[in-house]
Amino acid sequence: MKRLRDWWSNPWGRPRALVAVTWLYIAWSIVPIAIAILFSFNAGKSRTVWQGFSTRWYWGDPTQSVLHDPALRSALEQSLKLAALDMAVSVPLGVALALGLTRWHGPGARPVNVLMLFPLVTPEIVMAVSLLLVFVTLYGIQLGTTAQLLGQVTFSVSYVVVIVRGRLLSIGKEYEEAATDLGASRVAALRLVLLPLLAPAIFASLMVVFALSIDDFVVTDYLSSDASTQTVPIQIYSSVRGTTTPALNALATVIVVATLLAVAFAYVVHRRFTAGDEAARGSALREIAAFDV
Amino acid sequence: MARRGLFWPLFALPGAVWLVLFFLIPFYAVLSVAFGTVDPIFQGPVPVWNPFDWHFTTMRSVLEQLRPGQVFWTVFVRTFAYVGIALAGCLAIGYPVAYYLARHARRTKALLLVLLIIPFWVSYLMRMLAWIGLLLPDGLVNRSLVDIGLLSHPHGWLDGQPSSVIFALVYGYVPYLILPLFATLDRIEPHLIEAGLDLGASRFSTFLHVTLPLSKQGILAGSVLIALPMFGDYYTNDVISGSPGTSMIGNQINLFFQGGPQRTTGAALVIVLAVLLGALMSYYLYSTVRASRQPVTA
Repeated sequence: MKRLRDWWSNPWGRPRALVAVTWLYIAWSIVPIAIAILFSFNAGKSRTVWQGFSTRWYWGDPTQSVLHDPALRSALEQSLKLAALDMAVSVPLGVALALGLTRWHGPGARPVNVLMLFPLVTPEIVMAVSLLLVFVTLYGIQLGTTAQLLGQVTFSVSYVVVIVRGRLLSIGKEYEEAATDLGASRVAALRLVLLPLLAPAIFASLMVVFALSIDDFVVTDYLSSDASTQTVPIQIYSSVRGTTTPALNALATVIVVATLLAVAFAYVVHRRFTAGDEAARGSALREIAAFDV
Repeated sequence: MARRGLFWPLFALPGAVWLVLFFLIPFYAVLSVAFGTVDPIFQGPVPVWNPFDWHFTTMRSVLEQLRPGQVFWTVFVRTFAYVGIALAGCLAIGYPVAYYLARHARRTKALLLVLLIIPFWVSYLMRMLAWIGLLLPDGLVNRSLVDIGLLSHPHGWLDGQPSSVIFALVYGYVPYLILPLFATLDRIEPHLIEAGLDLGASRFSTFLHVTLPLSKQGILAGSVLIALPMFGDYYTNDVISGSPGTSMIGNQINLFFQGGPQRTTGAALVIVLAVLLGALMSYYLYSTVRASRQPVTA
């Protein structure tokens, strides 16, 4: 009893209950995903009973595997296509917006700053419904890949701005000013000094946008047209309650592995870029972690 | 000089135009549809762009159904209940984890941070897929519970159970709460806590009077961060329950848009939801501003 009391009143002792809660939480959050991934390698058709190891649901099965089932394959292709397009559009757009908003102090800067934050806090269904209605009633944009891309860029840009602006603020204006004082034009200072300094943030943005795009369900679903524009999350949503095979798990696993690789890659590159820059390094993990809603 | 003044605004221009075109005007389109009319032949929504010509019939009927006892009232109350319970569950799990990570984890801190970030980057629907596999009638959960004798026969976890929906919401959103909580708790000066202990307060009392008040803003920010998307969530409900008996605001909106011709009603509901969340957001911003004006000791 006394030992228990001592343990409780010792402010520097390890709080056992907290250790237990933390590890239980981690197990609870990760083990189900691990089991779902495991079942993507099931030899049988069951998603619940283990029947031996096989890769049939990835490529072995001639009709139902991810590689050979037209619906699954096209979902994977559409997901990757949209992610690539989203990265190509929202990163340049977001970097430019971040530069503009940080360096420009005119009267228009503040409203744009506020507007930029809205997509981060708007529930997706509100954005999806608005985009659907405006495309159909006003802009006359056909639903499908273009509409999906426009929608995804709209919520991705703000994340890019937040990431790049963080880096811009930590760089400060000195390097650029030094370059212009030494005779560089503003464009040259931007290209030769600022952009290389921004490289880690730009790279992190690319990976974050990739993950955001791959993971998006609501906006992408509302703006899809037919089966050919279905993505992986849409495929999971529409068939998970029915009688499906472990091929669905395999499809989801491909996306999970791709995303985790992208994030890990971003982290490693970010560390390499910012080697010797202690403040930036410490924040890298958190920076990459903090921008997904 | 004029060129100099335009240099940076030009960078902001494309992004600003994009946000106006694809965020601001679309929201106005929702208003125009909600306060517009319905085509008598094709039953499609006809937006009215001029606010002076707006019709309020749809909004009025939506608001009438929001009165106690009516259809939307039930759905709204259910949504608040589910989100409220799920939020409490997320805090009950997330706070101790974030607290441990920020205050006590030393050697394992980097590893723990990585493990806590993983679910963050695993596709949301993949995480739901994982639980659906476990909760199926012949899934691992039912089989284990029957094996150890807690259940006599498999339970229909996925047949429209409110508890399953709330469980899935907690599972889905708790990772997004832990990181902002961790960021706040990590910033608390250890000296403040040591001072509390040195001055004779018990560990619990120190937590109650020092750590908890100092993390209040983080709790609030994290709660808003996960409550907003939860209010608009419909997919969790659809895949875990699929029953109208558990449907939330998001399901109701989705029903009007995916299923029928009543997009006008759907748009009116979106506006009600947006106003509600706007009020929530304003309260949050108000309390943040108020907190930042107060001295740290509060």
